[in-house]
Amino acid sequence: MGSNNIIAEIQRDHMYNLLMRGERVDGRAFDEYRPISIETGVIARAEGSAHVKIGESQVVVGVKIQIGTPFSDTPDKGVIITNAELIPMASPSFESGPPKDYAIELARLVDRGIRESKALDLDRLCIEEGEKVWMVFIDIHALDYDGNLVDAASLGALAALLTATIPNKKYEVSDEDVQLTVREMPIAVTAIEFEGEIMVDPCLHEEAVASSRITVISNQDGSICGIQKIGTDSLTEDQVNRAVDMAINKAREIRERFFINI
Amino acid sequence: MNAKPEKFIIDGLRLDGRRPDELRPLKISAGVLKRADGSCYLELGANKVMAAVYGPRQVHPRHMQDATKAIVRYRYNMASFSVGDRKRPGPDRRSIEISKVCRDAFQPVVIKERHPRLAIDVFVEVLQAGAGTRTAGINAASVALADAGIAMKSLVASCAVGKVDDTLVLDLMKEEDNYGQADMPIAVIPTTGEITLLQMDGHLTRDEFGTGFKMAMEGCQKIHEAQKEALAKCYQMKDDGGEQVGE
Repeated sequence: MGSNNIIAEIQRDHMYNLLMRGERVDGRAFDEYRPISIETGVIARAEGSAHVKIGESQVVVGVKIQIGTPFSDTPDKGVIITNAELIPMASPSFESGPPKDYAIELARLVDRGIRESKALDLDRLCIEEGEKVWMVFIDIHALDYDGNLVDAASLGALAALLTATIPNKKYEVSDEDVQLTVREMPIAVTAIEFEGEIMVDPCLHEEAVASSRITVISNQDGSICGIQKIGTDSLTEDQVNRAVDMAINKAREIRERFFINI
Repeated sequence: MNAKPEKFIIDGLRLDGRRPDELRPLKISAGVLKRADGSCYLELGANKVMAAVYGPRQVHPRHMQDATKAIVRYRYNMASFSVGDRKRPGPDRRSIEISKVCRDAFQPVVIKERHPRLAIDVFVEVLQAGAGTRTAGINAASVALADAGIAMKSLVASCAVGKVDDTLVLDLMKEEDNYGQADMPIAVIPTTGEITLLQMDGHLTRDEFGTGFKMAMEGCQKIHEAQKEALAKCYQMKDDGGEQVGE
């Protein structure tokens, strides 16, 4: 995503000079997020939905829940399918056509958080073993890409799931729609490494300048359910550890602020 | 698929008799393909992977070329017969993600500035899969890159750590991978300890993460020794005018 960004070369110098004074391009502290807003229930036709903004980055996540047949190796389990559309609307660097590797990576990372934290009880999403299960489709639509889509998409997915209903009536499973049970609140926190410093929630410029970033997804008890290093540079063990600690702390803050009362 | 074992560790030993911090048997042969500029065949436990490197060579399509440095391309592919149920041939979402993170695992070591406008193509074929194919692929690709004479700051070594029965274990085998509690593949530059690939899924506490990370690092060091040995062996034989094939 960053390689085509011409601004990056100029920004790198600028960022470096600021860093020498302990500052970031937009004046934030190294462990400070841009303003986050999460609005749920924005798409009436979706079983769950959320519109998330982190700074100027915007994503809409829609959850559709439908009946389908289970995978043959898990006949008694529901299905989660996560997809990300980085549509050309969101950035001049996004192109139409089949998802590129970075879009697939984004979707798989969001999926990993939901799946590995066991936020959804897949056993309970089974209606009739081997025949009928609930399929939960998590679709991520990027509207405006100003950096850190991973965190925005993960927050959106979680918020959409937390407010989703299982459409029992529509599929004549029973005569009452029920809330989807979400057992865990995995929060993804992404940080870049720049000149040895770890900075959380990179904006577009920071993402373009830093060649490596790391996403850490953590649970309510501070345990870790997913990690991914993204990008072309290496990280030291110390940098990884600092990013992990920062991510666990930030995840706790975000969870308490947005999700405890949802 | 085999059923989930009741216990993964009995009397301190794993299902295949290994200690928790032990690697599976590893066999590496460099320079095994004729047409490729560099190649490597690697077996790690049940895994059988072949890596081939072409390049530096011209970039097609042309718009992908970089005027200042070479580009690195990496294709991780599983043969349809490599797994229990036949895998549909061709790239899927999993293999596209793996190709991306593996490519990035080599970006920090390949001296790309040496070959502006050219491409270095790495092809990894998983012929038989037995957990840890991406790490096996990276280890083979690393040797193949060296065999191709690509200038690199170092080899890259890769290895996974995971958790079964609440115990951290190095280099997961199939059952541990399928039914374990966590899986964390890493790739490092063994000479500096820098991390070039890091992924994790499952459940680890903060402490387990730290300890597991160190275990995986040590595993990478052992693999690095085997990689160097394989290269030395291959080139020794070439000097003697003997067979180029590893064994």
